[in-house]
Amino acid sequence: MSGWGTTEVTVRFGRTVALEAVSVTATKSTVTAVVGGDGAGKSTLLRCVAGALAPGSGTVRRPEAHRIGYLPSGPGGYEDLSVEENLQFVLSAYGIHRELGDYLRRSGLDGVRARLAGHLSGGMRRKLGVIAALLPEPELAVLDEPTTGIDPVSRADMWWLIARAAAGGAAVLLATTYLDEAARAERVLVLDAGRPLVAGPPSEVVAAMPGAIVPVPDEPSDQAERRRAWRRAGSWRVWQPDGHGGLAPDLQDAVCVAALKRELADAG
Amino acid sequence: MLAMIVKEFRQLRRDRRTLAMMIVLPVLLLVVLGYAASFDVSSIPVAAAGPDAAAALRSPFTVVATNPDPDVGWARNQLRDGNAGVAVVGEGNQAKVFVDGTQLFTAQAAERAFANTKAKANPTVQILYNPLLKTSFVMIPGLAGVILVFVGTVVTSLGVVRERQAGTLEQLAVMPLRPADVYLGKIAPYFGVAVADLAIVLAVGTSVFGVPFRGSAAVFGLGALLFVFVTLGLGVLISSVSQTQGQAIQLAIMTLLPQVLLSGLIFPLSSIVAGVRWIAYLLPLTYFTEISRGVMLRAEPIAALWQPFVYLTLLGVAITGLATLRFRAFLSPKES
Repeated sequence: MSGWGTTEVTVRFGRTVALEAVSVTATKSTVTAVVGGDGAGKSTLLRCVAGALAPGSGTVRRPEAHRIGYLPSGPGGYEDLSVEENLQFVLSAYGIHRELGDYLRRSGLDGVRARLAGHLSGGMRRKLGVIAALLPEPELAVLDEPTTGIDPVSRADMWWLIARAAAGGAAVLLATTYLDEAARAERVLVLDAGRPLVAGPPSEVVAAMPGAIVPVPDEPSDQAERRRAWRRAGSWRVWQPDGHGGLAPDLQDAVCVAALKRELADAG
Repeated sequence: MLAMIVKEFRQLRRDRRTLAMMIVLPVLLLVVLGYAASFDVSSIPVAAAGPDAAAALRSPFTVVATNPDPDVGWARNQLRDGNAGVAVVGEGNQAKVFVDGTQLFTAQAAERAFANTKAKANPTVQILYNPLLKTSFVMIPGLAGVILVFVGTVVTSLGVVRERQAGTLEQLAVMPLRPADVYLGKIAPYFGVAVADLAIVLAVGTSVFGVPFRGSAAVFGLGALLFVFVTLGLGVLISSVSQTQGQAIQLAIMTLLPQVLLSGLIFPLSSIVAGVRWIAYLLPLTYFTEISRGVMLRAEPIAALWQPFVYLTLLGVAITGLATLRFRAFLSPKES
């Protein structure tokens, strides 16, 4: 598939395998979400794509530096520069001119444009980082957990900015721990301990889920069944590998099933 | 309290640089200072002009240059160019003795030595460049260097590491900026501050303390420029090998301290034992002190200062080269 991303990328830190043969593609005008828990390898993958980390093997496809916008996993921006100064630095580094007003208004940072980034709340700081990454209107926007620590209303604003960037032609590759956010993306890659778990458009990932999910009120007493069960919204769900019907699964269910399937396979 | 003590010990054990500084540095300082901290001048280099000018000279005088003609100009030039601390022209009661007042302890030792021999011969002793042997005359040109080390090395060393700690370095590395742009962009403000600091030190030194500025401003400026580049390069180098600002400060101080103690700023280089003196020749401040004192106090021309200029340039090339390489590696994608 054409687009920016990686093919069979492996990254090792000493003896630890952070990524193992991971491929991801972010195509023009789409949002691709990389999902996974802590230590799954999301940031490592995004660092490879952005050019901050050289993989041990595999290939990385990325545009030239001036066409990449990158939000690393840190707080974002220089704490001893104001919001406006931070963004002016980005504009200057990329050698471009943009009107900041729209970005600032939409992100709710308009009223604090003169405030030092170090004096912003964690969520506001994150917003500043997202704006800084999207400001150059990049061909490839690599955003490491852009909405982590942001309140629900601001998350919506951030998604408006991300969607706008994609609508403007950017290939957006973002990492998130929220599956509901990942469901909004055109494509999703779920990582588990550095290995791809499932990948594809969210609807296809859900459709490809094997077996069925059965809701139960309490934790199953049967040992084998308990290994295929998880708690969700006050009740329990059990995966029946050979079952039919049951609940209409969503992306979260499909990911849980994929994780259970691997866990059971690894356990033999 | 026990919980705190255990926690602190665990943290300290993992902070190996601090631990090394706490244990190794005091021992190192004790040994180095034990040998270096000496104001005693055991040997005074003398330039002798005239057929028998050197004949009557005994210890602590050591003849380092001779001229068969009793040429006063030659003798004074030997002092101006830093080749000798004392110049003797002629012999006996007719002898004229010139002493370099910028070499404070050498001059004092020479005065004492001549006072002891006054009964037999009565030479005319003239102290040049610093007739009243004022300490400020000698210290301020050197202190200008210390201030440049402080700004250039200590403050600059915080610059790059701050990016690493703030997590902005990775973003910077991905931005369309060349490593040279980032490097020069980083040091340019510090360079400006260092130049402003130097101007202030010189203005205060000359106006308030009355330190003369007898030589060429261009030669001094060239020396200062070279020195600032060395100190800035050292700052960037320290920054690129440090993980935190605390580590950077520790390393910077570890480079500042020997420069203050061993560069000839306080203790005469000739008084430092040879086993420790070689360290002085690796320190940029040693050469800047030589240039600043030479130019400001003795109007030493650049031709006579070629050695410190060459060594400072070599140090500059080595340190800036290393800093650039480290910085480039710092900004390039990290190898997994």
